[in-house]
Amino acid sequence: MYLFTMPMTKHRKKIVLAAVAAALVVAAGAAARTTGTTLSLIAYSTPKPVMAKIIQAYQQTPQGQGVNFTQSYGPSTNQAKAVAAGQPADLVFLSAGDDVNQLVDAGLVSPNWGKQGYNGIAADTVVVFAVRNGNPKHIKSWTDLIKPGVQVVTPNPYSSGSAKWNILAAYGAQRALGKTDKQAIQYVRTLFQHVVSQDTSGSNATNTFLSGKGDVLLTYESEAINARLQGKNIQYVIPRQTMLIQLPVALVKTSKNPDAVNKFLQFLRSTAAQELFVQYGFRPVNPQVAKSAAAVKEFPARPGIFKITDKDIGGWRAADKKWFASGALMSQIEEGIGGPTSG
Amino acid sequence: MIVALPIAALMWESRADGLHGFWAAVTQPEAVAALKLTLGISAIVALINALFGTIIAWTLVRDEFRGKSVVNAVIDLPFALPTIVAGLLILALYGPHSPVGVHLAFTRAAIVLVLCFVSLPFVVRTVQPVLYEVDEQMEEAARSLGAREHKVFSRIVLPSILPGILSGVAMAFARVVGEIGSIVIISGNLPFKTEMASVYVFNQGQNGNSVAASAVAVVMLTVSFAVLLFIGGIRRLATRHERA
Amino acid sequence: MPRTWRTYAVRFTALGYLVLILVAPLSMLFWRVWVEGVDKAWAAITDPDTIHAFKITLILCAITVPLNTVFGIVCGLAIVRRRFPGKGLVNAFVDLPLALSPVVVGFSLYLLYGRTGWFGPWFTEHGVQVLFALPAMVLATIFVSVPFVAREVVPTLREIGNEQEQAAYTLGASSWQTFWRVTLPAIRWAVIYGVVVTTARCLGEYGAVAIVSGNISGRTETATLRVQDYYENLDQAGAYGVALMLCVLAIAVLVVMTKLKPKEEMI
Repeated sequence: MYLFTMPMTKHRKKIVLAAVAAALVVAAGAAARTTGTTLSLIAYSTPKPVMAKIIQAYQQTPQGQGVNFTQSYGPSTNQAKAVAAGQPADLVFLSAGDDVNQLVDAGLVSPNWGKQGYNGIAADTVVVFAVRNGNPKHIKSWTDLIKPGVQVVTPNPYSSGSAKWNILAAYGAQRALGKTDKQAIQYVRTLFQHVVSQDTSGSNATNTFLSGKGDVLLTYESEAINARLQGKNIQYVIPRQTMLIQLPVALVKTSKNPDAVNKFLQFLRSTAAQELFVQYGFRPVNPQVAKSAAAVKEFPARPGIFKITDKDIGGWRAADKKWFASGALMSQIEEGIGGPTSG
Repeated sequence: MIVALPIAALMWESRADGLHGFWAAVTQPEAVAALKLTLGISAIVALINALFGTIIAWTLVRDEFRGKSVVNAVIDLPFALPTIVAGLLILALYGPHSPVGVHLAFTRAAIVLVLCFVSLPFVVRTVQPVLYEVDEQMEEAARSLGAREHKVFSRIVLPSILPGILSGVAMAFARVVGEIGSIVIISGNLPFKTEMASVYVFNQGQNGNSVAASAVAVVMLTVSFAVLLFIGGIRRLATRHERA
Repeated sequence: MPRTWRTYAVRFTALGYLVLILVAPLSMLFWRVWVEGVDKAWAAITDPDTIHAFKITLILCAITVPLNTVFGIVCGLAIVRRRFPGKGLVNAFVDLPLALSPVVVGFSLYLLYGRTGWFGPWFTEHGVQVLFALPAMVLATIFVSVPFVAREVVPTLREIGNEQEQAAYTLGASSWQTFWRVTLPAIRWAVIYGVVVTTARCLGEYGAVAIVSGNISGRTETATLRVQDYYENLDQAGAYGVALMLCVLAIAVLVVMTKLKPKEEMI
C-alpha cells in the first residue's frame, strides 16, 4: 500500500519481491537434504534412544542401505493429530492403538493395520510405578497409591498415550482384584485426587518426576529402564496386577515409499531389532527372543498382567468411548478435580 | 502482509463455531484459569519491574561506582538471550538440584522469577533517558527550600519520569503476557495451577482443538493491541507537554 | 549528589535485585555444565543433529535479517516522510509483533498453511511443503522480528529532518541517489543497531517456530528447539551444553549491541 507512494517504487518493489521469492526457494531447497529414500517416522515421546539404534542397525542391512530417516518424537495423541492435520509421515510408531485408530478414522492408515505381523505391534512393555530411590513411601501396589499424602504423577490423557494406559491399568487392576465396574471407576476417581501434575507427554512427566515433583510416577517400564540406563536416580516397582502396553506401528497410506516402509516394519519384527528392543528395556513380541536368556532375566513374568482386549476393558474402541471421548468418564473425573479436559 | 494475513486467519478460525462457540471456548474453566493466571502474574511482574526497574535506572543515572558500565551493559542480556535458556537457568538455580537449597520449580513463584528475568530491561531502558533529562537544579532548589527528600522525589522527579515508567511497564506487561520459551520448561504444566495462557494455546493447538486455541489466542491478541494503544497514548501525552 | 545512606540503600537494592534475578542464574549455566559433565555436553554440541540445528538457526537468520532490514528502512521512510491513509494502522501492525505472543504467531501461521487452512491446500497441490518445513519457520521468524529495524530508524529519521534531502533534490539528485548518498549514511548506525537486535531475536526465537516446525530432529529443529529436545529426552548435560553455546552467542551479540548503542542512551 504505502510502497506505491514512494519514489522509485517499482525499482525497490521489484528488489524486495525478488528477494522474498529467492529466499523462499532457497528455504524450500535447503529443506531437501539427501538423495536416496527418506522415510519420515512420527513417534511417541519416549522411544528415541532405541529407535536411533534400530535405525542404525537397519541401515547396515542390505535392504536398509541408503534409506534415511527423519524422526519426530512427541506426545502420542498430539503426534497422531499432527499427522491428521497434514504433517508428512511415512510411518507412525505410537504408544496406543487408540491413537492409530484416529489415523484410521482420518483415512491415513488402513483399518487392517492390526492384522499385520504380531497384531501390528512392534514391542510391548508394562505399566510400572517409578519411585524415589529406596522407595521411602513403600509404594508397592495400587492400594498404596491412594494412601493419604501420596502424590502421583501421570501425563494428560488427552495428549499422551502413556496416560491412557495408566488409567486403564488402574481400572483393570481393580477389576482383576474382584471389584465391580462401579468400584473400579471410583478407584480411578480417588487416584486422580492424588495426581499433582499432568504433563503433555510421558517423557515430560518423567522429567517432572525427576525434577522432584511427586512420590510416584506412573509410566512405561521401558521408560523407567531408559531413565536408569541414563544414570538417573530412579527405581521402579511392577505392581502385581498390571497392564500389558502394546506399542503399535503402522504404515501411513499417503507414504510415497510404502515398500520401503513395509521392509522396515518387517525388520522391526526380526530377531535383530527385537533384541535391540530388549536391550533398551522393551518386552519383545517375537516369541523366540522372548524366550532368550536376556529377556527372561530382565522381565519377570507376572501372572497378573492383563491386556486391552480382556473382556473388562474390551479393546480400544470401547475403552475410548467409555473413558476418553468428549464428555466420557475421564472428562467427568478431571472436572471433579479441576484437571484438563483436553490436551 | 506477512503480519496481517495470519492474524486474519486466526480471527476467522476463532469465529468458526460462531460467536457462541467463541464465548464457550473462552469461558472454558481451564481457559479462564489460564487467562486469569497469565494476567495476574503479568501484572505482578510488571509492578515488580516498575519498582526495581526505576531503582536500577536511578542507580545507573545518578550513582557513580566502579563497574557501572558493565552493569549497564548486562541489563540488556535478557534481550539477547534465547528465552528457553532463561527458563533452563532458573530451573538450575531454583529447581531441585539448586545449590542454594531453594526449591521453587513448577510453582507460580518460579514463573514470576523467570518472567522478571525476561522483562528486566524494559522499564530500566525507558526510564533511563527520561531520568537523564530531569533537571537536577529543580531538585536542588526544592531541597534548599527545605523540602524533605521523599517529597522532592514524589513532587518533582516522579511526574517527569512517570511516562517513562508507564510505557516501560506496559511493554514489560505485553512481553510477559505472551512469553512461552522460558516458562515451558519450568511451569510443569499443572492445568489450573501453573498453566499460562500461552502454554494453553500451545497445547490446545497441538491437540487439534483449533477453535479453543484461537479463541484464547484472540484474547491475547486483543490484550497486545490494547497495550500498544496505551503506550501510543502515553507517548502522545508526553510529547504534548513538550510541544506546549 | 551528596552520598547519603539513601544512595547506598538504593545502590544496594538495585545491585541485589540484579544478582538475584540476572547474575545468579547465569553463573548457574557454567556450573551446571561443569557438574553434568563437560564431555557429555561436548558430545551434545558436536552431535550432527545439533550442528544441523545451528545451521538451521543461521539459515533462518540469514534470510530474515536482510529482508527485515530492507523492510524496516522502507517502512521507516514511509512512516516518517509520507502521509497516506492507514498510516496509523501500518505503524500499529509493525509494532504488533513486539507485544504479541510467539505462540499466537505460530498458531495463526499453522491455521493459515495447515491442511485445512486458507493457503495450505494451494501449496500442497503445487508440491511445496510450507508447514512442518523451513518455509513456515522462515515466515514465523520474519513475523516476530519485523519491528526492530523500523523502530530504530523512525526516531532517527525524525530527528535528522529532511533538509539535507531537500537540498540534494534542489541540486538535481534523483530519488535513488538521494537515498543512497544522503539518507542511508545518516541513519546507518540506527540501521546497524536494528540489525543486531533483529539478529538476537532470530537466534532466540522459540515459541512460534516450535509450533510450525513439527519438531523433526535433524530437519526442522533450530538450536533453541534442540535445547528443549535434549531436556525432554532426559539429557540434562546436552541441554545445558547447547544452552551454553547459545549463551555465548548471546553475549557476543550483547557486546556488539553495547558498542553500537545510539549515543543518547549511553550514560
